[in-house]
Formats: sequence, structure tokens, C-alpha cells
Amino acid sequence: MARTDIDATSLGATKVAMPSDLIVQVPPGVPAKELSYQEAIREALREEMLRDERVFLMGEDIGKHGGAFGVTRTLFDQFGPERVRNTPISENTIAGAATGAALAGMRPVAELMFVDFSGLAMDQICNQAAKLRFMTGGQCKVPWVIRMPQGGGAGKSTAAQHSQSLEVWYAHIPGLKVVHPSTPYDAKGLMKAAIRDDNPVIFLEHKFLYSFRGLVPDEDYVLPLSRCDVKRAGTDVTVVASGYMVWHAMAAAKALAEEGVSVEVIDVRTISPLDEETIGTSVRKTGRAVLVAEACRSYGPTGEWGMVVVEQAFDYLRAPVVRVTGRQSPVPFANSIEDGMWPDTDAVVSAIRKVMAW
Amino acid sequence: MQVSRSMLFEMYRRMMRIREFELVAIDLFKRGELKGAATTYNGMEASAVGVCMALRQDDLIAGTHRSHGHSIAKGADLKRMMAELLGKVTGYCRGRGGSMHIAAFDTGSLGALAIVGAGIPIAVGAALAFKMKGEHRVAVPFMGDGATNTGDFHEGLNMAAIWNLPVVFVVENNQFAVSTRIREAVKIEDLSIRARSYGIPGARVNGFDVLAVYEAAVEAVERARRGEGPTLLVTESYRFEGHYAGEPEVYRDRAEVQEWCKQDPICLFRNHLVEQEEFSQDEVAAIDVEVKRDIAAALKYAKESPDPEFSTAMDFIYA
Repeated sequence: MARTDIDATSLGATKVAMPSDLIVQVPPGVPAKELSYQEAIREALREEMLRDERVFLMGEDIGKHGGAFGVTRTLFDQFGPERVRNTPISENTIAGAATGAALAGMRPVAELMFVDFSGLAMDQICNQAAKLRFMTGGQCKVPWVIRMPQGGGAGKSTAAQHSQSLEVWYAHIPGLKVVHPSTPYDAKGLMKAAIRDDNPVIFLEHKFLYSFRGLVPDEDYVLPLSRCDVKRAGTDVTVVASGYMVWHAMAAAKALAEEGVSVEVIDVRTISPLDEETIGTSVRKTGRAVLVAEACRSYGPTGEWGMVVVEQAFDYLRAPVVRVTGRQSPVPFANSIEDGMWPDTDAVVSAIRKVMAW
Repeated sequence: MQVSRSMLFEMYRRMMRIREFELVAIDLFKRGELKGAATTYNGMEASAVGVCMALRQDDLIAGTHRSHGHSIAKGADLKRMMAELLGKVTGYCRGRGGSMHIAAFDTGSLGALAIVGAGIPIAVGAALAFKMKGEHRVAVPFMGDGATNTGDFHEGLNMAAIWNLPVVFVVENNQFAVSTRIREAVKIEDLSIRARSYGIPGARVNGFDVLAVYEAAVEAVERARRGEGPTLLVTESYRFEGHYAGEPEVYRDRAEVQEWCKQDPICLFRNHLVEQEEFSQDEVAAIDVEVKRDIAAALKYAKESPDPEFSTAMDFIYA
């Protein structure tokens, strides 16, 4: 099998991609082509490397091999070993070297093979890169991107150390921007923005989404790193979600529309800084909020989003805020107990029904 | 090795600057004017100065929690250094960093990083940038003996070695990681032999002897600048003060400290200048006077400088 064919399904996923017409972001008539999420990220990397010679890639097995998920495939052949740089298994030094190179004028994009491995790089990411601009009184900036595939969510049997969703590890630290796109369109535009940003950006890619396809405009575009995106407008209930969970939210919204429930779906595509305003505005309009995240429940993203709802829209709430999250458990291996580990469309539908019936 | 008279002067001047700066820092700390902690460099001046005198202005250094000496040796401004110690807005980091985080980018000091070993990967990355851009610059991470047991050390030396990067890793063996003697923490006596396992040269020098350090550093820096890759340089000295000023030092007795202090690198170098290099006592004393004057001016500047405005507390925050 060619590397391009490697996606979550070929890794043993028991579920299939959602229909791509659930989320349409490019209006008819705009010149565009259909790309997978994986291809969209690759095209963003390729275009930025062509645009700016300071941009280079480093990470484990990203050269000929193309990375564990094939994202950098073909880039090695195009740009060579200097700019698509295979590293030893040294996560902390991959992150630290990205910082050093950034301080010395480059714009590195590093890949850590799985977000689960990034604990090994925690000091360089959270204590060094995140703090340098502040700690030096603005003497420097650290323009890097560290890409980390994350998530399970699709029944892949990759167990406890290759399946986590860990965005809150990084969102908690002042000095890091955290991005988690849900679609090919967002992935490309946010990656370009991340590379052009002067600060460290943690770019979380959902592994199951790599094979999802969608239209991506031909023109050069960048998306803001500070805004939520309203993926579907509605009036009865706000569903806040990110990553793969946006698709379950959209599928739930579509199903409930047939019952006359109007669901607004907000995609937290930049986890940090969090666009509180868009969430608050939406819930003040709908009066109901359901929060959906794949990460574990305790101290997870839904806790933060829920407090934003309380702070911004308490007086407007017509029902308690409900959250739908990953189970508070390490990810198990066997399908029989992996099942139910993460929210699915049915869980989101149930939560919406619950707040609508209050 | 021939070292010019002006270079010798400058070495002595910078060593004295470090010593006098640290004496003031200790005094300020004891008076409660320097908040937090003062982790001082006394006894190790020859290491920073010997290495930094082998560097160009555009070479970069990365420091540690014990880095006043490194920045001063690289040429940092004493006033802005002292102001940072006192948390003033005129300090290098505008009062955001303090003693443990002084960075002076204008003189090639990437900053003092207070997590042991953390400067190593960052220096490796800077060196990677130099190489990719075709610049003949060198990156120097300073670290204590304790850092040689971190993962950063292993990962960083290995990565620099495989990519042949222009890095000189300077291990300053001051015999202690806080209270733990290096001989309790490693099985080997000579830390420089660790270089062999990365396929790079290692050298060990007397860290009280500024000329010995300088000579070894010149060789390593020139090698790096020629594109021949990294070197591990170990300077052997002793930490004259406690881990921080006022630390009880229950792990060593005064007699031991006094014995080591007989090798005070500044006294040794002063004697060398007078006895071997035909400097007069007056010339050396003139430097002492000049340095004391500069330090006093720096202290005055720092004390008279304003604190950062509270309204600026969120400056430099973007996420």
C-alpha cells in the first residue's frame, strides 16, 4: 500500500469517514479542489516552504518515510534532507532545537509523532518556548509550529499511549497558541497562519480526520488563530466542539433539523487563545449549550467552555449546560471496552434532546 | 599561545566585573533588596571569560540559573544587568526575568534558563540555523556538572554530533549540583570522556586558569567555525559560594572551601599578569578601580530606575 493510503481506516479503524457534505466551507464558483485533511496540511507546508526559505521541517521519520501518518510524504523529494530533516528519537531536543532555530532566524515546523509522546518535550515547550518572549521582556520571539497528531475516536485499537487528546496540557500554559482543525479547509488555512505567526503554535491534527475530504480554495488564504468558527447557524441550542467532535455535532444537528430543532455548531478550531465572545454570543441567542470534546472529562476542554458559557450567558440559560466527553479512563485496547470511550453522534443527539426537554 | 596585551587586559577586566557584580548581588540579597535568590558565579570566572573571549559578538551563548558571569563575560551592559537583578523596568528583561533569567540578545546572550540542561537543545537549534543559513557562527550552551545527567545533554550532544553543528558544549564542573557532589552523581572522574560516546572530541581544562580555558575554547570554536562539528569542553573549578547566597552549605566544611579558594582564578591571573606578562601592579589596580566604579554606577542606576508599571503586567502576552 502506498503511504498516501495510510489513514485511520487502514490502521484498523472500525468506523468510516463522515460524508464530506456535512461541512461545506467553499462557496460554489470559487476555484477549489478536493483534498484530504492530510493533503491540505501537506499543501500548506509545501506552499509555505516555497514562499519562505526560513521554513523547514524536522521530526522523527518525516523524510522519505513521510512521517507516521504520511503528512510530509513527497516533501523530502521536493526539498531535500536539509529542509525536511529526520531527527533521532529525541522529543525534547526536537522541540528545543526548534526554539533555538527560531531564535536564530528560522521558522521551524517540527513534528512529534503522537501527542502522547509530547510529554517528553514538555520542558522545552512549556518552560522554554512558551516563556521566552515574556521572560526576556520582549527581546525575542519564538516563531515555531509543533505538529502533533492526536485523538482516537474511531475505534482504532491503538490503546493507552497512542490515542489521547491532550490539548489542555498546552492550552493551560500562557505563551502557547493551540490549534485543532476539523476540516481540510481549516487545516490548510490555520497551518499557514501558524507558520506565519511569530509565536509558538501547537498544531494538533486529529488522526482519524486525515482521510476526511473537502474543498480547499486554490488561492492563498490564512485563517485567524484567535477565532471560533460557526460551522452551522441555529437558534435553539449551541453545540461547542472541536476536532473530530465537530463532525458528530454536525451530524447530530442535521438529524435533529428533521425534527425541527435548530442547532448552532461552534468549532473551537483554535483552542487557545479561546474566542469567548463567539461562544457567549451564540448561547445568549440560543439559551442552551452542549459541549462536546473527545478528551477526558476531568479538567478537560468542556470545563473551560462551560465556564465561558456561565460567565458570558448565565442570565440567558434556559437549561443546564450539558457536556459530552471522553471517558475518564486510559484508552483501552479491546474493541468491546474501547467502544463508548469517546462521544459519538448518538451521544450528542441525546445531550441536545436533554437540554431541549428541560 | 600568544595572547595580546589588550586581550589580557580585557580578560582580567571581565573577570573582575563578574566578581564585583556578584559581591554586590550577595550584599543586595542579604539586605533583602534582591528578591528571590542570588545564585552566584564566584570562583568560576575564568570559565565564562576564557570561553567568551574566544567568541565573536554574533556568536550565541545560552546560560543557566547561575549565569550572571556568562552574560557579563559575553559583554552585557552592567547597568541593565544590575537593574534586572532589582526587577527594574530598565533591566534587560524589563523586570520580567530577574537574576535567573537575564538575557542580553544585543550581545548574543540567548538567556539564562533555570531548568537544568534546557539551554542545550536551544543552542543546538541555534547552531542548526547557523548551518542552514551558511553563517559561520558558533553556539555555546553553558551548563553545570549536574546537567550532564539530564536527557537534554544526551539528546543535544547526539543531535549536534550527527549534524556536525557548530556547538561548543561547555560543562562547568564546580563539583556540586546543589548539595550533591559530582562524584556521587556519576561513575566517571573525567566528564569529558562522555564526548567519545557521541563521536566528538572532548577536552578537560583547569577552570581556574583563564588562559587554559581560552586556549581550549579557541580550538573548539575554530573547529566549529570551520564546519568540523561540536566539541565537549569541561572546565574544572569550584563554587566558592553556596548554591545560593546565604545557603547553609551543610554538605561541605569551611576548610574545604578555603582550600579551594587558594586557587581563586582572579588572584592567579593577577599574579600571572604581573609576574609573566610584565603588567605593573598599578595597571592591574587601575582596572580594579575602574571596575568598582562601573559596578557602583550600575548599582546607582539600578536603584534609581523605576519598577515596571502594574499596567504593563500583561505586556508580551499573546496567548
